[in-house]
Amino acid sequence: MNKIFEVPLYAYERSPDQDAATPVRHKVIVIGAGPVGLAAAIDLAQQDVEVLVLDDNDKVSFGSRAICFSQRTLDIADRLGCGQRLLDKGVRWDRGKVFFDDRQVYDFNLQPDEGFANPAFINLQQYYVETFLMDRLRALQAEGAPVQIRGRNKVEAVGTHEDHVRLEVETPEGPYTVEADWLIACDGANSPTRRMLGIDFDGRVFEDNFLIADVIMEADFPSERWFWFDPPFNRGQSALLHKQPDNVWRIDLQLGWDIDKEREKRPENVIPRLKEMLGEEVEFQLEWVSIYTFQCRRMESFRQGRAIFAGDSAHQVSPFGARGANSGLQDVDNLCWKLKLVLDGDAPESLLDSYDSERIQGADENIRKSSRSTDFITPKSDMSRVLRDAVLDLSEHFEFARPMVNSGRLSEPCTYDGSSLNSADALDGPAQTRPGSACPDVPLGGDFLLPKLAGQFTLLTIDADAPEILQEDGIEVRRLALSVKDDMTLALKRRYLGDAPSAVYLIRPDQHVAARRDTYEENAFRHAIRRASGKE
Amino acid sequence: MADLILTPNIDNADDFYADLLAAHDGIDKVDSDALNARLVLVLANHIGDNAVLVQAINAARLKMT
Repeated sequence: MNKIFEVPLYAYERSPDQDAATPVRHKVIVIGAGPVGLAAAIDLAQQDVEVLVLDDNDKVSFGSRAICFSQRTLDIADRLGCGQRLLDKGVRWDRGKVFFDDRQVYDFNLQPDEGFANPAFINLQQYYVETFLMDRLRALQAEGAPVQIRGRNKVEAVGTHEDHVRLEVETPEGPYTVEADWLIACDGANSPTRRMLGIDFDGRVFEDNFLIADVIMEADFPSERWFWFDPPFNRGQSALLHKQPDNVWRIDLQLGWDIDKEREKRPENVIPRLKEMLGEEVEFQLEWVSIYTFQCRRMESFRQGRAIFAGDSAHQVSPFGARGANSGLQDVDNLCWKLKLVLDGDAPESLLDSYDSERIQGADENIRKSSRSTDFITPKSDMSRVLRDAVLDLSEHFEFARPMVNSGRLSEPCTYDGSSLNSADALDGPAQTRPGSACPDVPLGGDFLLPKLAGQFTLLTIDADAPEILQEDGIEVRRLALSVKDDMTLALKRRYLGDAPSAVYLIRPDQHVAARRDTYEENAFRHAIRRASGKE
Repeated sequence: MADLILTPNIDNADDFYADLLAAHDGIDKVDSDALNARLVLVLANHIGDNAVLVQAINAARLKMT
């Protein structure tokens, strides 16, 4: 077993809060130091918001767990200052193959279009993501950013009040009490915070078990996602093979419902299954084995006064489509700039209601898409199976059936159609950049667009005039002036103009489009800024 | 003569597939088979063109047209 799991990454140390006569009040406390909690802490610290992370553990998560990280996650990680490390270590992929029975039925390319700084996906073990986020957090600390992390600080009780939360925290040296203006609970699908606050988490249970095995092997399979329906080595079930860094391969085998989990997990039972899949001659070692079942569910509201939920604590999906960790990072991306404005008094507290509505929209989309994938992979009835197999048979011969094959619809950023922060679309432009969309990247000579949009409101003008700075009720908007001539590949025109000769976009700090028009009109954009900050 | 469309032609194939599964949800095999048969006939009538329908029958038999 890799020693990365053994070394404490944020060992327990006594903090002055434990000796304070009255509970110390922090601006924000984050519970949980997984990818979502660490990202939230970094995002806030970068904006100079004081934040404290409490975690009951002191190490990275055990086993590879989440391994597929999307382009949007990499774009967010760039904004958080650690995208390059994820990219350097991760395995890039954008191709996949689908097999049915003993034959390949088709292959696909997730990113047929070009001109993005980041690939469609990388595969990277969750423990690396956590390590890199932790390094970034330490680097921010070294620069004097107001962020702390406390290992082996287990929250035992949560009290919510009108304008703060109060936490009882257990440590190796006994309990203490601490307070925060705002709490962000990123403590996973079994969230103790959610349980302590007595909030329901109901949804649909899928009656199926999946065996995950991470194996170390020298193999010459390409770095593609291979998915099997009903293969000879796992009859009546599905299988997945996917490459991770360090010659680790993720293998996912569907087992069905009525199984003895403890028995199936034993190496003497796992190894023969894998040999049947990989071939007798392939040498491999088991790194990590786990059996999981899953549910699709979400909280009715992601916010209870001053307690806000993000990631798996708020919503849980089936793993097909990599919509777990990726959606958690989109939660953080959506939340932190809003919290910053509210804390600074530049936006009303009600701006946070839009976190709830926008991310519930995202969660519902993720639940719908991953449930459909699961229904395709695990047909619920004889007729579902007949239809599923018909789609697969047709897909081998006819292109039309391939979009119906569903081995997982891979995570994409949610477009917040209908959000109260959007202004009505006033540009006859491409649908992919309509208000609510996450901005797609564009090459700009040797550079890219997204890093120029990071962390603040931006007025993006394309062959249009506008003031360099616009101030509206405490919010400063800076202009980024571009011309279609800045991009020889014409991706800027294709993604942001369409047939329009010019455009002005108001872009939120999380790189989502708030408003767009063909030309600058002061009144319209002042309204749009007010709307985007929850003031109209 | 019109040709049978064998490239993707449904805007959101996942929505269609989910609607199709939902129509079969909770009914037994005999009723499901009958539903499929009726659906084939309804769609055939919508298409109308005999030449296209022959191509569709051949496609369903996994014969390349």
